[in-house]
Amino acid sequence: MSIVDTAKQAAQGLLQSAMEKLVPLAPDSWIPGGVPDPLIARKHGLIGKPVSRLDGALKVSGGAHFSAEHRFDGMVYASLAYSTIARGRIVAIDSAEAQAAPGVVLVMTHHNAPRMAAPALFGSSPTAVGASDLPILQDDRIHWNGQPVACILAETQEQADHAVSLLRVTYAPEPATTTLEGAKANGIEPGVFMGGPLENTIGDAEGAFASAAHKVDHTYRTPRHNHNPIEPHAATLAWIGDELVIHDASQMVSQQAQTIGEVFGLKPEQVHLTSPYVGGGFGSKGLWDHQIIAAAAARLSGRPVRIALSREGVYRIVGGRTLTEQRVAIGACADGTFQALIHTGLTVITPHNAMPEPFILGTQSAYAAPNLLLKVEATRMDLLTNTFMRAPGEAVGTFALESAIDEMAVELGIDPVELRIRNEPEKDPTSGLPFSSRHIVEAWRQGAARFGWDQRSPVPGARQEGEWRTGMGCATGTYPYYRMPGAEARITLTRDGDTVRAKVEVAAAEMGMGTATTTAIVAAERLGLPIEAIEVGYGDSAIPGAIMAGGSQQTAAIGAAVIAAHTALVDELLALAGNDSPLAGLSADEVGSDEGGLAKLDEPGRRESYASILARAQRDSVTATKAGSAPLELMHWSMHSYSAVFCEVRVNAVTGETRVSRVLGAFDCGRILNPKTATSQFRGGIIMGLGMALMEETMVDDRSGRIMNPSLAEYHLPVHLDVPEIDVIWTDIADPHTPMGAHGIGEIGITGVAAAVANAVYNATGKRVRDLPITLDRLI
Amino acid sequence: MTPFDYARAGEVAEALRHGTAPGAAYLGGGTNLVDLMREGIARPDRLIDVTGLSTTIEERADGGLLIGAGVRNTALAEHPAVRQRYPMLARAILAGASAQIRNMATVGGNLLQRTRCFYFYDVDGARCNKREPGSGCDAQDGFNRIHAVLGASDACVATHPSDMCVALAALDATVHVAGPQGSRSLPFTDLHRLPGDRPDQDTVLAAGELITAVELAPLSFGANATYRKMRDRASYAFALISVAAAVEMDGDRIADLRIAFGGVAHKPWRATKAEAALRGGPATQQAFLDAAAAEFADARPLRDNAFKPALAGRALAAVLGALTTGDVA
Ligand SMILES: Cc1cc2nc3c(=O)[nH]c(=O)nc-3n(C[C@H](O)[C@H](O)[C@H](O)COP(=O)(O)OP(=O)(O)OC[C@H]3O[C@@H](n4cnc5c(N)ncnc54)[C@H](O)[C@@H]3O)c2cc1C
Repeated sequence: MSIVDTAKQAAQGLLQSAMEKLVPLAPDSWIPGGVPDPLIARKHGLIGKPVSRLDGALKVSGGAHFSAEHRFDGMVYASLAYSTIARGRIVAIDSAEAQAAPGVVLVMTHHNAPRMAAPALFGSSPTAVGASDLPILQDDRIHWNGQPVACILAETQEQADHAVSLLRVTYAPEPATTTLEGAKANGIEPGVFMGGPLENTIGDAEGAFASAAHKVDHTYRTPRHNHNPIEPHAATLAWIGDELVIHDASQMVSQQAQTIGEVFGLKPEQVHLTSPYVGGGFGSKGLWDHQIIAAAAARLSGRPVRIALSREGVYRIVGGRTLTEQRVAIGACADGTFQALIHTGLTVITPHNAMPEPFILGTQSAYAAPNLLLKVEATRMDLLTNTFMRAPGEAVGTFALESAIDEMAVELGIDPVELRIRNEPEKDPTSGLPFSSRHIVEAWRQGAARFGWDQRSPVPGARQEGEWRTGMGCATGTYPYYRMPGAEARITLTRDGDTVRAKVEVAAAEMGMGTATTTAIVAAERLGLPIEAIEVGYGDSAIPGAIMAGGSQQTAAIGAAVIAAHTALVDELLALAGNDSPLAGLSADEVGSDEGGLAKLDEPGRRESYASILARAQRDSVTATKAGSAPLELMHWSMHSYSAVFCEVRVNAVTGETRVSRVLGAFDCGRILNPKTATSQFRGGIIMGLGMALMEETMVDDRSGRIMNPSLAEYHLPVHLDVPEIDVIWTDIADPHTPMGAHGIGEIGITGVAAAVANAVYNATGKRVRDLPITLDRLI
Repeated sequence: MTPFDYARAGEVAEALRHGTAPGAAYLGGGTNLVDLMREGIARPDRLIDVTGLSTTIEERADGGLLIGAGVRNTALAEHPAVRQRYPMLARAILAGASAQIRNMATVGGNLLQRTRCFYFYDVDGARCNKREPGSGCDAQDGFNRIHAVLGASDACVATHPSDMCVALAALDATVHVAGPQGSRSLPFTDLHRLPGDRPDQDTVLAAGELITAVELAPLSFGANATYRKMRDRASYAFALISVAAAVEMDGDRIADLRIAFGGVAHKPWRATKAEAALRGGPATQQAFLDAAAAEFADARPLRDNAFKPALAGRALAAVLGALTTGDVA
């Protein structure tokens, strides 16, 4: 999620107050002229080697306990009743039958729920992560179709579910805005994202477009998408004394603990939230109504509670990606150079959130065009609040932009790869900043060669075998490098005789992408210890700092925090080493970690092991905690990950069915730390992109505002047969301005894919589909 | 889910004894019924597990097959006689659901599975005459891309979702039923109803009637047959349109043929008009398209499913083109 503005604001504040002092004090890679992270130069360690996930064995053997697998003594099970109208009031809730049903412990509605503050809306403070700012079970108001109206606790899940079916809720419906037309008629407002307007104007784009020799100008539509992590949202929680203990599934552990605490009027230390394993998040594993309702019901009943949403429950109360209507207009000269690039359009939010899908973010730095007009507007509907979903903005924005580039390539008769390369910018076209590391042209060249792009006919429909027409398409994917402030790391070295182990603790979340493993790899390299000697602590609000597994920024945030904590640790160790050490008299910037100890950087023979330093100081352990330095790199460079996505599809000439037969992603994402987990991230993102291209759509009935396909049977995601061989390659060129030379890789994979598929469909059939998903009825 | 009792029937008479009681339901593999119970759509208070009854596939003297209602879908699709003599049926079964579901699902349960209409499934939030007679139909003007274009009524536009049943409709199967009033047999194409004003009744079976077997008549040209299913993903999705067809040629004329469509109506749709148009005639693409047009002449498309008649016609023409030229994949 775009935290770039938050990060920039933080950095700006720092800059204004202390830039002069800061620069000489922090010779980090993120300051111009600073020293790149020394790990970038190290080529023989674990970084860049395929390392299996450290938690893999636990997961396949059932030893990893997810949020709904914790138990407390005396625990009861929660089930929710959801509203069936979009807007209005609850007139009555007849719960007599439910109360009397077997096993029922509590029926909680707005009548008897404890008084709670509304959760603080995401972004309203650095730790606020409420999906909306609506109060939860506090009054009779209904704001969306699917809103929880009651919670029942019972001795078993089945009893709770059955009791919910016995509730009789009467509503007084009020007019609701559930159609897009109705919302537009109510008004359209400027899109504001993370505090900044979603608008860029450079030159006179409309004027330049009007007078351009070649033009394309079309509207592209993307539907709503639901989150479908394999683990439905769940929490197991208990009040222990006046402390709230929550085993949650969270990608924002500390922030979530803080926001929940505020809802219940607790001090931060009164909420202890753990989340060591998360069965997929993609932006959805945050704070929703269910954790708050479960905590309230636990307080009211005096019993620990497990709440595990059904799949339908996830659809009713966990928001997804909202819809977009995007115009992309490009004006170009005959040689292909762009004169004007316009990317504007509309997205839908709700009256109680502030998350317009920021589909122009990728366009801001994509192509050199002297005249740019980028703008997102929003309108509001009475629906479940929408939220972040893998590459919010870029996933759908690249569909529109990269489809339009393909249309321009057809218009000009220029190869689409070539057209993109011809419009490669020298510096960021909107911010004017230099790129920290942009090697997209290499990715295009390598990808095209490996994919066999030269086999593609520019003439649509030229290849047909039997009923199947084959086509190839491509698109650029892009996702920014972010690093949010607030990350801290705590490193503890512990001595046992001659051996030393390290514990590295970060308040990070592991959603299955391999964060814990990568953190161990990097920490091992940084500390000069074998990976077996490293233990990584994470997913626990008791760990200092706040790190979000969002915006593909977690690896960088952890990396910078570990750098800072390591520097502090070296300071501590030098102080402990004293005058009898070979290191005596050296300062922290003269030594580095290496082979289980510290050594003088330019005189490696002058060294002492951690064990020896600790033994002489008669210490068993030493700890250093430090926050990563401010994300100043974002002030100096335009920083992004890139991909060149190639796709081959077969479209059935009789039935219109599309099957993707090959995909290749050529990625330029800095240095790849762990090829094994990185490949999975890229492939997973691409598969999600295939779903977006061909089948995903949340069906919201616009008469009722109700989601009509709340199940994995009717909400189509790709199944194995839909997923072809996916080839993944990368440039592996380190970014000298980031920790480890790395970029985030979690979200880039989905970007560009839908456009690559749509462009391939055009190449196969001559039909341009501008509305997703590309179902067969759009092709016959 | 409403609490219920469970009993396993050892023989047909025992099943009937329990199954005719009010609130009882027969349980096959449970892949549909248990879902419906979880959703609160079906609320039986007693389940009679009939998976132990009639689990064999028998060769008939006339060359047909008698398939027990308890035979699992996977076992039926894998049976050598089915694969050789009725490949359309094997393909239809394998085109449905997932391997896990087919391993559990029974023949009887497959026949009586209920519609996948979104509004039928939404007990709390939608009106549905099939689920709750007289409540109305939210599908008529709602999401109806998967709905019927033939034989629907103002009360209901739902489709029957089965793949297997489309093949059985084409194959002139017979359904054997045991009931409190004794046993009876009926043509498969008479089992499912059109909705009319009673869409709550999917079939003509009376309460407590138990399907014991499905019988396939011999079909001399059954091997020259196929099943083709069109859907939104490559697997694990219900048919938007499906076609089952078998053809016998006499020189360059069509001597005989069977055609049925899935995804078009409240029942598996035996295409008698198209068959009549083609029988004895030339095997040309134009003839195939004309026959489909005749079959769909009365089609009443809804908001989202106007593509269905055309898709059905194209699919029929492709399938018959292959079957009449010996070019079946
Ligand atoms: C996710 C999913 C996807 C699917 N996709 C497909 C698909 O693509 N194509 C397809 O064709 N099907 C599909 N199915 C449906 C599947 O084929 C049916 O669920 C299955 O065939 C039902 O068989 P069963 O034995 O499990 O029936 P049950 O669920 O046990 O019973 C279904 C009904 O039949 C009744 N019944 C069972 N046996 C008898 C009997 N002997 N006599 C009288 N009544 C009886 C029951 O009372 C109940 O009303 C899918 C199902 C799911 C869950």
